Amino acid sequence: MDFITQHAVLVVSLAKIAVLLFVVMTALAYLTWFERKVVARIQSRWGPYYVGAHGLLQPLADGVKFLFKEDVTPPAADKFVYVLAPFMSLALALTAIALIPFGPSNLLVLGQPVFVVANVGISLIFLFAITSIGVYGVALAGWSSNSKYPLLGGVRSSAQMISYEVSMTLSVVGVLLLAHSFGFSAIIENQRGSILNWHFIPQIVGFLCYLTAAVAETNRVPFDLPEAETELVAGFHTEYSSFKFAMFFMAEYANMITVSSLATILFFGGWLSPFPDSWTFQNFLPALFLLGTAAYCAFDTVVYMRGIARLQFAVVTMLAGGLGTACLGLAIFKPEFMPYVMGPFWFIAKLLVFMFFYVIVRGTLPRFRYDQLMSFGWKFLLPVSLANLVITAFVLIVRHG
Amino acid sequence: MSLPFVLFFLLAFVAVAGALTLILAREPIHSALALILVMISLAVLYLLLGAEFIAGVQVIVYAGAIMVLFVFVIMLLNAGVEERTDFSKLATKYVGYPLAIFLIIEFAYWMARSTIGREIATGTAANTTSVSTEALSRMIFQSYLLPFEATSILILIAIIGALVLAKKGE
Repeated sequence: MDFITQHAVLVVSLAKIAVLLFVVMTALAYLTWFERKVVARIQSRWGPYYVGAHGLLQPLADGVKFLFKEDVTPPAADKFVYVLAPFMSLALALTAIALIPFGPSNLLVLGQPVFVVANVGISLIFLFAITSIGVYGVALAGWSSNSKYPLLGGVRSSAQMISYEVSMTLSVVGVLLLAHSFGFSAIIENQRGSILNWHFIPQIVGFLCYLTAAVAETNRVPFDLPEAETELVAGFHTEYSSFKFAMFFMAEYANMITVSSLATILFFGGWLSPFPDSWTFQNFLPALFLLGTAAYCAFDTVVYMRGIARLQFAVVTMLAGGLGTACLGLAIFKPEFMPYVMGPFWFIAKLLVFMFFYVIVRGTLPRFRYDQLMSFGWKFLLPVSLANLVITAFVLIVRHG
Repeated sequence: MSLPFVLFFLLAFVAVAGALTLILAREPIHSALALILVMISLAVLYLLLGAEFIAGVQVIVYAGAIMVLFVFVIMLLNAGVEERTDFSKLATKYVGYPLAIFLIIEFAYWMARSTIGREIATGTAANTTSVSTEALSRMIFQSYLLPFEATSILILIAIIGALVLAKKGE
């Protein structure tokens, strides 16, 4: 016990890293499931269905498959860089998540904030620093494969990511002007009150610019030129197989989580509730949500599921029901502990909305042409976010002198 | 030994090793990667000095923007492995090594003579407090506004000049 209190920073940080890594890895796996299910619904299909009830064990099966596939390295590849690239992609994508606060920063364990791994004063600068190096993973993968399609994909993606990074950075400066800070905690605190105080209302133009640039920055449809199947096979990761391919895949989803979290923090109040603090009924929302899920799953288990799937879904039902009951009990008997639940609840709820948006965009929009992509980034998005910055600064000076 | 002390030597080693790789590697991309490594370890050294903002900006600007362009151009031109001719080997032997040794001796001499080096080594340097982002921006936008803006305009002119030169062919 002495050791723990003496090295609180170290012990708590390591514990937080372990928990966050586990949660994020699981979330990444289930995001693929989520995406496949939603896209399938858009296209009138079922999506993953056979591995586990509703395909819930599909991510696990995919992971095992990736692990046991043969890992082919092209003979002409630059071995060192070829291996380095996927590690760099995934490591940077996961490092960025360490800066994200998932809950109130004033909740402490052993004097350390619980919901953020790295609580630095200028989180936004650090986040942009980490994401700005992320492009190397893609570029180097394309180059080191020593093959034509990956090289073209790598060149395209570096050009695209540099172009859209400019607009992305500029579009959030308006928020910085409003919040007077680079720190996530200060930016979130500046939006306290209710949904009316969130930054997306005065910064709607900045938000839309950010959202567009973020989709492009993560190389997703309709900006997924670097890996356009019809033109470039699979772009920069054509030559990658087995777990190295999986690492690029995970990095893409981790980047989606990062940019969505950033949108949540900067424009949608982070872990703040959309309701005023005085509306105490909101403490029951997590319980309501979980128990609703449990009820739906119970109905499914009894009516539709057969055989082993029924057993698996019964487990899901009990998990959701147990967690829901725990939240309900906490809300009724120990309301002083509710901030520990409410912060992450709202944050994850907002995050899921963004993920849903990402998937719907992927399911419904066609791909841009490459020249359209570049001229859109430089000739439309950049001027608009620049104008937004100038107007925000002007309005702030007029109002506050 | 304190943690910052250990970290300093670790990062200094990484930076020097990166710089050596940068010069000795024959593949242009490897050199570029080594340069990125140098820049990032420098950024962490700034962090150790308490200059968070400079560290972040160092990574964003140098590693995240300038070096991406370098890598991009190397990839686009598909630059091959560096060639070594008889003349370049001779130049390395008779010009490169003597100049490098001279530079190291010169550095060592001036570092030994300067008082700042000794103050930092003994921990008696006057300014060891970290500079906040706010103080930094006050310096840039109040005390040194004119030089800052002049540099900005200079860079802008350079960008326009580059554009004009690149357009000449059409």
